[in-house]
Amino acid sequence: MAQTVLAIKNIRQFFSEIGELSYFAGRFFKEFLKPRFEFKELLRQSYQLGNRSLVLVLITGFIIGLVLTLQTRPTMIQFGAVSMMPNMVGISIVREIGPVITALICAGRIASGIGAELGSMRVTEQIDAMEVSGTNPFKYLVVTRILAATLMLPILVIFGDSVALYGSALVENLKGNVSFQLYFNTVVDALSFGDLIPATVKSFFFGFVIGLVGCYKGYHSKKGTAGVGIAANTAVVMASLLVFVVDFIAVFVADIFYEL
Amino acid sequence: MNCNMELKVNTIPRTNSIDQRKAVIDIRDLRKSFGDNHVLNGFNMKLYEGENLVVMGKSGSGKSVMIKCLVGLIEPDSGYIEVLGKEIKTLDRETLDTLRSDIGFLFQGSALYDSMTVRENLEFPMRRHKEKLGSTTDTEPLVLEALENVGLAHAVDLMPEELSGGMKRRIALARTIILKPKIILYDEPTSGLDPITSKEIIELMRSIQKKYGTSSLIITHDVDCARVVSERMILLVDGTNYAEGTYTELSSSNDPKVEAFFKK
Repeated sequence: MAQTVLAIKNIRQFFSEIGELSYFAGRFFKEFLKPRFEFKELLRQSYQLGNRSLVLVLITGFIIGLVLTLQTRPTMIQFGAVSMMPNMVGISIVREIGPVITALICAGRIASGIGAELGSMRVTEQIDAMEVSGTNPFKYLVVTRILAATLMLPILVIFGDSVALYGSALVENLKGNVSFQLYFNTVVDALSFGDLIPATVKSFFFGFVIGLVGCYKGYHSKKGTAGVGIAANTAVVMASLLVFVVDFIAVFVADIFYEL
Repeated sequence: MNCNMELKVNTIPRTNSIDQRKAVIDIRDLRKSFGDNHVLNGFNMKLYEGENLVVMGKSGSGKSVMIKCLVGLIEPDSGYIEVLGKEIKTLDRETLDTLRSDIGFLFQGSALYDSMTVRENLEFPMRRHKEKLGSTTDTEPLVLEALENVGLAHAVDLMPEELSGGMKRRIALARTIILKPKIILYDEPTSGLDPITSKEIIELMRSIQKKYGTSSLIITHDVDCARVVSERMILLVDGTNYAEGTYTELSSSNDPKVEAFFKK
């Protein structure tokens, strides 16, 4: 009985959280469309979020490219399809692995960073101080961060994909004696708009949910300094989960339009 | 609680000269609860033009909630709040923001923006209230004037992390006065500071009041601070006005609850 009550409570809490997050997203669009645009803060946040995540995305992308090629190569050789390696790796990285891995890294890096920063500003009354000074803190802090994350993620995905393909090309060059030029020509030939457009569009959505969840958790942080930690932690968990949900929806929709 | 005793204590008379001044803040029957916790239970208060009013109460007695209701940071459950002739509840966002430029708020923990320099912290309130700049667009003279008022002009390019607790409080005070507000709300201005720095902050509060003729509402439980700055005091107990009067009147009261505040 007690377990049922607890389960019902958790389900109610889950839907309540979804409702509040949707309201928060609605407020973002409402405030985003209202003038006074905080361009300077948007640029600062874009630089901060993009620059701080770039090295991590590059290193991870390069390793993913290397590992993916090293591990699939023996199987491809067994099937006599080693010449298809660039096609297979290229499509996998551009369509799925690149955007999702980059989004997950950013969920850890950006969502937790925003959650902790805004949470700390909330508990130290900095957000209240902004409100009292007549500045709309939602517009200044939240809208700029969500927009910056939305705009920066596709750029990070492009960088991540590029180095992942370079890592893969390096393995092919060393192990299969395939030139870089031949490798990249094959990859470009294998890719179509049906691969590039859905991957790019879903990257914007990944960025949006990462920024949204980070801001939502931080902006509503409670319970003093402990709340800051909780905000950062739950922001990562929720953002990572939503990345997979968005990915599923994106693949489903892309399948309708491009018949993958 | 004994209601009769409360009424009795409340009858300590106010100074007549204060009564004749215009009220810049008028709070009537303010109530606010957080779940079952009834923080404010019909609080009443008037702050007069140019007056220094101290509201004292124990931690958790609703002082900070009351001051946040005043500037629209917390919405009260019921009651009437009028600031500079405008009823807070009826104001739209735009009008409330304009009104807020006439109210300075010194937060308990200073609330300086971590990611901004002292200069940027002081310039921040002016982004929204450019009309306060007059004909000039140069914020530098105003920033320097505010910093000179608190004796920290040399700290203009420092980051908040490079400042001591006392310096942070003084910079926060400079940020509070930069728009030349008509009312300044102080939320525990001396909390967390050593006695010497507390004295410096109290002196600054007095000199600012003298220089700009502001009305001040000071929320504190620091008796020394109350003694030096207050013209009138209200004791907040269980979310309502328990006693009201001058420092001398209250500190000589025989009521046990009032005495408890002044015991050394």
